[in-house]
Amino acid sequence: MAVRVNDDVQEARERLEIELLLEGIQRAYGYDFRGYALASLRRRLWHRVHGEGLETISGLQERILHDPSCMDRLLRDLSINVTGMFRDPNFHRALRETVFPVLRTHPFIRVWNAGCSTGEEIYSLAIALHEEGLLDRARIYATDIDEAALQRARSGAFSMEHMQRYTENYLRAGGRDEFSRYYSADGDVARFDPALAEGTVFAQHNLVTDGSFNEFQLIVCRNVLIYFGRELQEAVLELFGASLTRFGILALGRKESIRQSRHAGAYEPLVESEKIFRRRS
Amino acid sequence: MTRVELVALGASWGGLQAIETVLGALPSTFPATVVIAQHRPSAGQDGMLEHLLDTHCALAVTEAEDKQELRPGCVVVAPADYHLLVDAGRAALSVDEPLHYSRPSIDVLFGSAAAAYGDRAAGVVLTGANADGAHGLAQIAARGGHAIVQDPDCAERSEMPAAALWSTPEAQVLALEQIGPALVELAGTPEDARR
Repeated sequence: MAVRVNDDVQEARERLEIELLLEGIQRAYGYDFRGYALASLRRRLWHRVHGEGLETISGLQERILHDPSCMDRLLRDLSINVTGMFRDPNFHRALRETVFPVLRTHPFIRVWNAGCSTGEEIYSLAIALHEEGLLDRARIYATDIDEAALQRARSGAFSMEHMQRYTENYLRAGGRDEFSRYYSADGDVARFDPALAEGTVFAQHNLVTDGSFNEFQLIVCRNVLIYFGRELQEAVLELFGASLTRFGILALGRKESIRQSRHAGAYEPLVESEKIFRRRS
Repeated sequence: MTRVELVALGASWGGLQAIETVLGALPSTFPATVVIAQHRPSAGQDGMLEHLLDTHCALAVTEAEDKQELRPGCVVVAPADYHLLVDAGRAALSVDEPLHYSRPSIDVLFGSAAAAYGDRAAGVVLTGANADGAHGLAQIAARGGHAIVQDPDCAERSEMPAAALWSTPEAQVLALEQIGPALVELAGTPEDARR
């Protein structure tokens, strides 16, 4: 029978390899992934290990320290954020029905979409704000860590193949128009009306290392915190707290919660089922 | 032998009924945590699956929330359109690309269970018509965990259990009704859990 390495040793060794790799990346390149949630991070690291034809995470460390192009490839792996237009229609319906009436009371509206990825959510927000007559006095700040994703977000061009699903989502989210009115088909690309993004500022921002840059009535950050460990989640919630106006609104992903956070007491649920919270003061 | 602290169930086509049978055999004192990846449509209603399961189970069944604590005797189901992973006593969710056209994917859950729980994990592959779970079950076995496969001949769809057996030939093959009792044995008694 083959000798099997004691499982606890194996697990501890892998953890050590990951810690050393992240430490090396931080010191050599300045990117700090040390506070990321281990389970999904581990998956993406192994994906890169195999993609490079390597056997171990230590092997990946060696290559990354000596070959910046390998770091680029890993960065791309680590910054993937799968998104879609009007993803979770119930959430977008709640925005329209419960959040926008609050925003309407402000003469000027600032929205921060943190971790906007390739921009599908930006255009979803802009369309809904437009239909509710709020887009003219709204400014959306769209930020992401990944410059390439921001580049795509700015272009407002999305694949035609998703448009049928997005149209269904749009209607279920309370859309009031013809969805196809907002884009023109260009081969297999749907180009969205540039007017939708006129009031949007796209900027690179790293939630882990960058600070607060404005005050917002609404922060939308969906399915980003799930990739962070609990300590880092606390730090980002601190950042959001410092970036919200009085009674400002924080919208998280469907399965994200502030319940276990030490910041929980600062918020009350606005739409509990959709993880939309409002600052108590 | 090491006591199993985490039971990971994976199911697809016909899975709801199979999961109900397995969970129905677990007593309210079951001392391990159960995590479940059942393939489901992304437009699926939140809470529907857990509600169905709750009616057949002595344990509390909930849909996973990010970073929730995994307590002994709780049953945690992957939400529609999220991967469920486990990490050192907590659930972790991701929206990474679907695997085998599935999110949640069984391989993703099992892979994380193998890495975080090692020989304290048991993986169970139930009925289904694809190959999800085969790779993850092999990972659980490679880390010294316990691998169980529903007997393909008795499964509503045999493809998934058959694929799991192909990747993990040493897995224990059990009829559906035998799986719950086997898990009770692997998890030991609540007294063991306190030791």
